[in-house]
Amino acid sequence: MADNKELTKKEELILFLSDTDEREGLLGKKNRKLLSDPLTDNNPITVQVLGICSALAITVQLKPAIVMSIAVMTVMAFSNMIVSLLRNLIPSRIRIIVQLVVVAALVILVDQVLRAFAYDVSKELSVFVGLIITNCIVMGRLEAFALGNGVWKSFLDGIGNAAGYAFILILVAFFRELLGAGKLLGYEVLGHKGTTLADSTGLYALGYSDNGLMLLSPMALITVGIIIWVQRSRNRSLIEQN
Amino acid sequence: MDRNSNAYTFLFAVIMVAVVASALAFAATSLQPAQAENVKQEKMQNILSTVGVETSRDSAEMLFNKYIVEQVALDNNGQEKDGVNAFTVDLKKELKRPVEEQAFPLYVADVEGTKYYVVPLRGKGLWDAIWGYVALKDDINTIKGVVFDHKGETPGLGAEITQGWFKKRFEDEKIMDEAGNFIGVSVAKGYQGGDNKDDNAVDAISGATITGDGVTDMISERLKNYLPYFKSQTNVKMASN
Repeated sequence: MADNKELTKKEELILFLSDTDEREGLLGKKNRKLLSDPLTDNNPITVQVLGICSALAITVQLKPAIVMSIAVMTVMAFSNMIVSLLRNLIPSRIRIIVQLVVVAALVILVDQVLRAFAYDVSKELSVFVGLIITNCIVMGRLEAFALGNGVWKSFLDGIGNAAGYAFILILVAFFRELLGAGKLLGYEVLGHKGTTLADSTGLYALGYSDNGLMLLSPMALITVGIIIWVQRSRNRSLIEQN
Repeated sequence: MDRNSNAYTFLFAVIMVAVVASALAFAATSLQPAQAENVKQEKMQNILSTVGVETSRDSAEMLFNKYIVEQVALDNNGQEKDGVNAFTVDLKKELKRPVEEQAFPLYVADVEGTKYYVVPLRGKGLWDAIWGYVALKDDINTIKGVVFDHKGETPGLGAEITQGWFKKRFEDEKIMDEAGNFIGVSVAKGYQGGDNKDDNAVDAISGATITGDGVTDMISERLKNYLPYFKSQTNVKMASN
């Protein structure tokens, strides 16, 4: 910590927490950017191309994607805060290990608490909890941001990046569940699929059938690819030269 | 202390591991009773739902005690094993033992005067374990209901075995062929039988062939060990196989 002897304890704490210059409030312009950037021009999935593994694995249906998003947001915000708090104590040679331990411990803690008090949610999450530990967005932000910034900024960065991740996840899951199973959140939105045309309703009665390929992982990658394409065509500055 | 020295690095690592380990150990042990209670209630809920009693987790225990009239642990010859509590038998451990030493739990339910036999199942899916319960009517042939669960099957594909529409396919299916030989129920890919309940097969889930095969194997592997008991219990004509 810097030597702040001439400041009162309270001022010191505010400085430590907000880590901003005095002209900026807790949600000043710079800090708002931390929240909004990852949603668009610095999206962790489409621009930084991180977190693709879980984007493939759990976007078959909307519900697991939403649950996963909330879990990732919790873990990212808190792990960013903890690593930021420890940033001046962590020996640089083992910083990756320290980050991994922080993330893994948080994930296990979240999982244990859910299992005791929100059993149904924990069943939803069962498979995905391990995926949070290995999610490169979490580690990436710890390494790139939390190690060099204050607690409040790191917290915002965690929330922002998790929101950017959630946005793409939910978008992909929306298309995969809709086109692959004709449902959204488990509700049949395109009509009921019967065994024959006669006992089907809605679009299925007109001869529409689901695209089974959408349920398989490759289509998740292609969907993410299409989103990246659309984003690059709207914002040309994102296109890498050469 | 120099933050780049070996001593500091070791010290930091040791303290970090101690803090994290004790925090996690504390969380795990203090939350354990609540977690175990949830698992127990869910098990009761699952067993009840196979015999057509749907309940919330809170009232599962009360209804379980009301409808489940008998719990026995059997050996593979249909004899009761003394001193084994059927409800606490852990199939995961049992499956690792030779079949002669295994305990086979069985729950007998009495719902409004109708008798059902509920058999716990456990097998392998595509990625990890799958398990469940199957309830037989007292002709030891017709399935009253099933419940399936899994540890790590793919959401939207294999994980769909837990869904109501898949479980419904098993209702009223037979586990014996017409001659009375036990064959179980197979989850068949490209099934054309429609609503035929006498062909010992149900339609598979597209994209989840291996999970479906796991369900097929689990039903036949587990149920066949109960046949000696069922033969001794009932007057149902069963072919000797």
